[in-house]
Amino acid sequence: MSILINKNTKIITQGITGKTGQFHTEKCQEYANGKECFVAGVNPKKAGEKIFDIPIYASVKEAAAETGATVSVIYVPPPGAAAAIWEAVEADLDLAICITEGIPVRDMLILRNKMKEKEAKGGKKTLLLGPNCPGLITPDEVKIGIMPGHIHRKGRIGVVSRSGTLTYEAVGQLTEIGLGQSSAVGIGGDPINGLKHIDVMKMFNDDPDTDAVIMIGEIGGPDEAEAAQWCKANMKKPIVGFIAGVTAPAGKRMGHAGALISGGADTADAKLAIMEECGFKVTRNPSEMAKLLKAML
Amino acid sequence: MKIHEYQGKQILKKFGVTVPRGIHCTTVEDAVKAAETLGGKVWVVKAQIHAGGRGKGGGVKVATSLEKVREYAGQILGMQLITHQTGPEGQKVRNLLIEEGADIKHEYYVAALTDRATQSVAMMASYEGGMDIEEVAHKTPEKIVKVFINPLVGLTDEQALTLAKGMGMLESSIPQCVDTLKKLYTCYMETDASLAEINPLIHEGDGTVKALDAKFNFDSNSLYRQPEIVAMRDLDEEDADEVEASKFDLAYISLDGNIGCLVNGAGLAMATMDTIKLFGAEPANFLDVGGGATTEKVTEAFKIMLKNTKVKGILVNIFGGIMKCDTIATGVVAAAKEVNLSVPLVVRMKGTNEDLGKKILKDSGLPIISADSMAEAATQIVAAVK
Repeated sequence: MSILINKNTKIITQGITGKTGQFHTEKCQEYANGKECFVAGVNPKKAGEKIFDIPIYASVKEAAAETGATVSVIYVPPPGAAAAIWEAVEADLDLAICITEGIPVRDMLILRNKMKEKEAKGGKKTLLLGPNCPGLITPDEVKIGIMPGHIHRKGRIGVVSRSGTLTYEAVGQLTEIGLGQSSAVGIGGDPINGLKHIDVMKMFNDDPDTDAVIMIGEIGGPDEAEAAQWCKANMKKPIVGFIAGVTAPAGKRMGHAGALISGGADTADAKLAIMEECGFKVTRNPSEMAKLLKAML
Repeated sequence: MKIHEYQGKQILKKFGVTVPRGIHCTTVEDAVKAAETLGGKVWVVKAQIHAGGRGKGGGVKVATSLEKVREYAGQILGMQLITHQTGPEGQKVRNLLIEEGADIKHEYYVAALTDRATQSVAMMASYEGGMDIEEVAHKTPEKIVKVFINPLVGLTDEQALTLAKGMGMLESSIPQCVDTLKKLYTCYMETDASLAEINPLIHEGDGTVKALDAKFNFDSNSLYRQPEIVAMRDLDEEDADEVEASKFDLAYISLDGNIGCLVNGAGLAMATMDTIKLFGAEPANFLDVGGGATTEKVTEAFKIMLKNTKVKGILVNIFGGIMKCDTIATGVVAAAKEVNLSVPLVVRMKGTNEDLGKKILKDSGLPIISADSMAEAATQIVAAVK
């Protein structure tokens, strides 16, 4: 078991014909069961063609109907990315993963409200991971996204983070000390996104093959605090927590669109305090995340 | 991206919000001419910088004669205006706004911003305008009224009325206030703003509702489709090094410490800064080289970091995924040679082709210190600069 994806997941790639989409689709195919998992691409102008033996369809709906795919990964450039996600939602997929960085916030605001409206009317709920995220991986089964596959190792630790390279950092540390990962999930650095820490923590809590979790956050926004409050009441597994940005000045956007301190409650110190209060083992030293977790097992 | 007040008022005016008549100028002579053109007996001379708290810092003055306009414009233009948002060195005033005086009966507060928790646009208003909203939120939070706007629906009449009444707007001015709020919302959405604040919004003796200030922030992801906003960008108001870095697609922010850091990924870059602090020193900057750290990008990154004379050492921390460590190492060596690096350099590389990368550093003949973990790298660089 794992969360969200496994070796039997069938995946559509939106933006497969672009440079980034091509590059990463090839890497994903090479990883574990990737050849079986990546079954379709979408590009209305290139329907009927193939890329890396993957058939291209005119629309997500058609690709899903033809291949039985339930998940989509999106590399479409920012101006069209929100529309691409909406296409996956309208095709009633289970999960859309948006890698694209730089989508206008207004587009995401409108998209998220359209998704909520569809659900409220009884339509199928499509989960969204990202945007501006590395994707997710279930080691030795399938990798969907841009993370380096070889640093992962199959195991029983969940990892969730807003930052790509910080996810790799945690994964690399775990693998180095002999602990593998059940799934590693990058939720992305944008202010308006889909799955949040709390959603992923709930999944890890329910996953019988996850024993413990490393939860990584950063400055800006209320998500980590919300997840911590939920974990305090519900989480049955040990958690190590780290928040990046103790040294970040207020009011400055630190690379990620969402990494911006805008009040008293979204500083790294405030988040670390809440997480500690909620039973997390928090650290201010990101080099010892895996070591701390091992000591708790 | 931020803009000046006079530009913010131009935008508000375009969307139908009533603002005082005013003229932007950059010289004392033009300031006097502007006052003459505006006519009347009272003018406001306002310093234009990208920071709040200008009034308290002496950057806003009311003039009751053309001589006074000349005097105040002369004082304000060119001054280093220090406010709680500029830092102790202040910001040089290069632009003025000369405005007609307003008949202020009461000052209110209103703002629109994107709310992450509810994934909607929050609009808030308060009876306590003209002062720092954080202070109001802290001292009298009950005086702030807030509504959350579904972007699929827009600001409803009911919500606008809730705000207008909640902020204690003069009864007879409520219809114009409702209208102003709706226009502010339209303006917020159509310009891809991330913050639109009017502080103060006033009502005048005749009941007119007017925006006496305008503060905007725009979503940088959306600038590609907002050419009119981009045209308002004033690079003089931004950190020169940050602007230079952005030309090379580097996310750079200068800080106060003495250890420069160059990292791939925003989260890891912050974590690296935090680790430096944890081991007893302060980072000199945030610098994310992003995905493709070419030799050219790394070289530019070194140059930008080294412009800061406080920098006594550099820490490079790269988690090579798609980007291979040997490529990074080659780039770091070439960059160090090109800039004749004279401060200690610690490199921590992880990931793809790690050993090959370390070998390239070792064989370079440069005094580069290699480290395995972030903690070790921080320990090394802190020791090297002491």
